[in-house]
Amino acid sequence: MSSNEIKNLENIFNEKIARDEKIEPKDWMPEKYRKTHIRQISQHAHSEIVGMLPEGNWITRAPSLRRKVALLAKVQDEAGHGLYLYSACETLGISREELYDQLHTGKAKYSSIFNYPTLTWADIGAIGWLVDGAAIINQVPLCNTSFGPYARAMVRVCKEESFHQRQGYEIMMTLCNGTKEQKDMAQDALNRWWWPSLMMFGPTDDESTHTEQSMKWKLKRKTNDELRQQFVDQTVPQADILGLKVPDENLKYNNDTGHYDFGEIDWSEFWQVVKGHGKCNKERISARKNAWNNGKWVRDAALAYADKQESRKTKQAV
Amino acid sequence: MKKDWPLWEVFVRSKNGLEHRHFGSLHASDAEMAIKNARDVYTRRKEGVSIWVVESKNIKASNPDDNTVLFDPADDKAYRHPTFYDLPDNVEHM
Repeated sequence: MSSNEIKNLENIFNEKIARDEKIEPKDWMPEKYRKTHIRQISQHAHSEIVGMLPEGNWITRAPSLRRKVALLAKVQDEAGHGLYLYSACETLGISREELYDQLHTGKAKYSSIFNYPTLTWADIGAIGWLVDGAAIINQVPLCNTSFGPYARAMVRVCKEESFHQRQGYEIMMTLCNGTKEQKDMAQDALNRWWWPSLMMFGPTDDESTHTEQSMKWKLKRKTNDELRQQFVDQTVPQADILGLKVPDENLKYNNDTGHYDFGEIDWSEFWQVVKGHGKCNKERISARKNAWNNGKWVRDAALAYADKQESRKTKQAV
Repeated sequence: MKKDWPLWEVFVRSKNGLEHRHFGSLHASDAEMAIKNARDVYTRRKEGVSIWVVESKNIKASNPDDNTVLFDPADDKAYRHPTFYDLPDNVEHM
């Protein structure tokens, strides 16, 4: 294809997106659009899958059967979300094997939040409330993103996500209405998860390299800082209801702006964790690799069984 | 030998009276497993009453590049629509 022809196709493509028309897998798309989407959707899928690990840690130790069934259902949802997203990503011409390989070799990233440990039961409450809360704010605008399969997957994900946040908040609520020890446990969890949750929105706008292009493609509708502000504004009153203190000395409601002002995020910690030096980076990836490698014989056996059934059918036909 | 589970497309009927609709895809070693996985992945909250699975390689899709040839001929056939026909306003029930 000549460069002129490509230019022309690109113009048609950009106009389509500007008109809010969706791009479907077989439509022509610029290579950069394909690559960026593979990167973002796979990163999103990996986050769902790795996100099962910190919570899975508490399934056997949930304090009641009610909490246990809820947590099991939540973790199962994360698996489902990962699968919706992997299959959306595969429509862009990358195989599931390649995607797993990128995760296992560290070539692809996942959300850094899952590299923090879950030390007490209150962490399960804090994750549902804060981490899923932040994820919802990030994900809702993606229901309108330009790539059809991603948008459709996100609609399904968002529908299921709100139970996750509510079950987390309910856990916090119960702890905060309990003994002093239980309330301290909830406060400690908030202290540890607050800042990492703010980091989930990514670098500040002036540091974020992909924002401008992603806005054009409707992969982003609001900037990182706008989304972060929205999270702070809606979460602080929820902490007040719990009677917990957000661990930020500079947090203050600003009457002029109608928003909460908040303190500086420790970006050196953020980059440390992104670069693989968080508390659990190694543990998470090795858990994924083990699950994949130890499951190999099951995958092989299932295929061998399918082949055998198929050949039996062929024989009967003769 | 490295071999992956094939990809299946999943169609779900939300309730009787509605058609099966494409929900997404998944990997499974055979059709039976594809239905079981589809149940777990796509219908955890009673989203369906019936599931179809089709191995993705068996679906033949039209090429968007051919859209002009395939769909544009309908553009100049306004006479296929009821509004094409002029009737006086006092004709009712039509």
